[in-house]
Amino acid sequence: MSALDIFFQQIINGLTLGIIYAMIALGYTMVYGIAQLINFAHGEIFMVGAYLGLTIYLAIQGFAFGPAGLVILVPLIFIFTMLGCSALGALVEQTAYRPLHNAPRLAPLITAIGVSFLLQNAVMLLYGPQDKYFPNLIPIHRFSFGAVTFTNLQMIIAAAALILMGLLNLVIMHTRTGKAMRALAEDRQAAYLMGIPVNRVITQTFVIGSAMAGAGGLMFGMYYNTINFHDGYLAGLKAFTAAVLGGIGNIPGALIGGILIGVLEGLGAGYLSSEWKNVFAFFILILILLFRPQGLLGTRVVKKL
Amino acid sequence: MKSKAARRRKILKVLRPYRPFLWLVLAISIPFLDSNPYHIDVMASAGIFVLLALGLNVIVGYAGILNLGFAAFFAVGAYAYALLNLHWNIPFWPGLIFSAFTGSLFGVLLATPAIRLSGDYLAIVTLGAGEIVRIALNNLDPLTGGPNGLLGIDHPTLPFMAYDFGVNSEPYYFLTLALITVVIFFMRRIENSRLGRAWGALREDELVAGFMGIDPIWAKLSAFALGGFVAGLAGSLFAAKQGSVSPDSFDFILSVMVLAMVVLGGLGNIYGVILGAVLLSILPEFLRGFEIYRMLLFGLSMILVMLFRPQGLLGDLYQSGEFSTRGGKQ
Repeated sequence: MSALDIFFQQIINGLTLGIIYAMIALGYTMVYGIAQLINFAHGEIFMVGAYLGLTIYLAIQGFAFGPAGLVILVPLIFIFTMLGCSALGALVEQTAYRPLHNAPRLAPLITAIGVSFLLQNAVMLLYGPQDKYFPNLIPIHRFSFGAVTFTNLQMIIAAAALILMGLLNLVIMHTRTGKAMRALAEDRQAAYLMGIPVNRVITQTFVIGSAMAGAGGLMFGMYYNTINFHDGYLAGLKAFTAAVLGGIGNIPGALIGGILIGVLEGLGAGYLSSEWKNVFAFFILILILLFRPQGLLGTRVVKKL
Repeated sequence: MKSKAARRRKILKVLRPYRPFLWLVLAISIPFLDSNPYHIDVMASAGIFVLLALGLNVIVGYAGILNLGFAAFFAVGAYAYALLNLHWNIPFWPGLIFSAFTGSLFGVLLATPAIRLSGDYLAIVTLGAGEIVRIALNNLDPLTGGPNGLLGIDHPTLPFMAYDFGVNSEPYYFLTLALITVVIFFMRRIENSRLGRAWGALREDELVAGFMGIDPIWAKLSAFALGGFVAGLAGSLFAAKQGSVSPDSFDFILSVMVLAMVVLGGLGNIYGVILGAVLLSILPEFLRGFEIYRMLLFGLSMILVMLFRPQGLLGDLYQSGEFSTRGGKQ
């Protein structure tokens, strides 16, 4: 492979990974923008999404007939996984965060860590501590341009992510709920005084963010074919980094941050060793924050007296 | 005529200033009451966590800066002593001092470029730095021994007495206790000093603190330096007790656990922080009977404590400011 081939190959791999990070980062950034809360358990929702997708697939694979069934089967798995994760996200919000709305700022951070332990260990007890095989939901085709290859799965992941993000954009820009979310992000007190049901909107934010993370988990399982109850931790960390990189609270920023972290990681793995790739991603993050503290797309918040 | 209850209250009131000494006496007597070496080992490890939590408390509790990479400070201290000892045969006591200053230096070096960032952005930089340190330790094989770490680090010896600490937990328990006592003594002093009050003002409102003549950069750097100093102490103690160090011991989970100890116990309250550290380090041992459900119950208990005591077990310091109610910020 020539140097250029390696470069393009790593870009393609990094893009796929970055899209998955972006799916998680969206939830972080939305929850932060609206509730000023770092939802540390978000990575675990992503991990649960992968396991839930696998479980649903194993439960309904018998009903599908042949390749034509896939067109129905795969979207169905996506929908049910997202619904399940939404329910879980809402449950977590109601039990672990809502009672702490007026508590000191670090209190929900600690319950989030508790939820994280709880979910990880619940999944470990249910599915066992070893890696789980995630079967190919669709037959894999490889396309190659010279030495650079990509698969139909990568294209499907990208397409699904774009569709979901398009839907998210519709919800946020063109529905009443979305309008309420934007109002809350801008000024919670004022939104409350205007009659916006603050608690309900926060729950809706968790529901939407968790659905995106669940879909991301399913994509992760389909892409890597193995899942483990530990996967949520590192992916969550990277996605959080991506959200900050793009400008936390900023939705297009989460997409750009995710893709950037994914591509940087891909290039780091291709040119440095795979051990150093994480250093590379964090190093770039620190550099960007030092020169642009509000993130790539974030707006500088002027402190008011 | 005085009632019995009133007399008892009076005795308690007289004893109040001596309460720390009573706790110290209790802590010293634990190994004599319970000679189970395993229990003492758990207590010695808990002591190292107490030191770590006290160090992090300076940064998060006093200065109000969220730090998600405190494991790196601990790692720097541990590796500083390990390398000094293995390459130049420096004994433990000078190594302890040197590690503490190395931890301090690391804190300042990390904070200097990052200090201008606010709140959560600073937190994410500390998180990134924590990961970078761990991965670097894992991959700089010639210096740090890579994933295997460094082995054969000398245990402390008492000078003039030819006493080697060896692998027994008891002497480490007493040494840790002594260090904790000294650290608490200085923390209490600093809490009420000009610097401590500057941190308090900064935590409550940085802008106003600036108008009052406090230099925020200087105050924040001091917090990182002091936090790093205590973490360095804890690190070298850890390295000396284990006789070995490896990058695995300094992962993100450790940073999170120490933070949980500080917040759970009560931000900024020394005794709360100690309580949080002791509880969270011995709770998993108590839950051992539940075997595989252990970590599940551990997570559950963290959630429940926070739901019932959002200000932490012994915390009541914070009424407003960076880490207080979110409503207060608007």
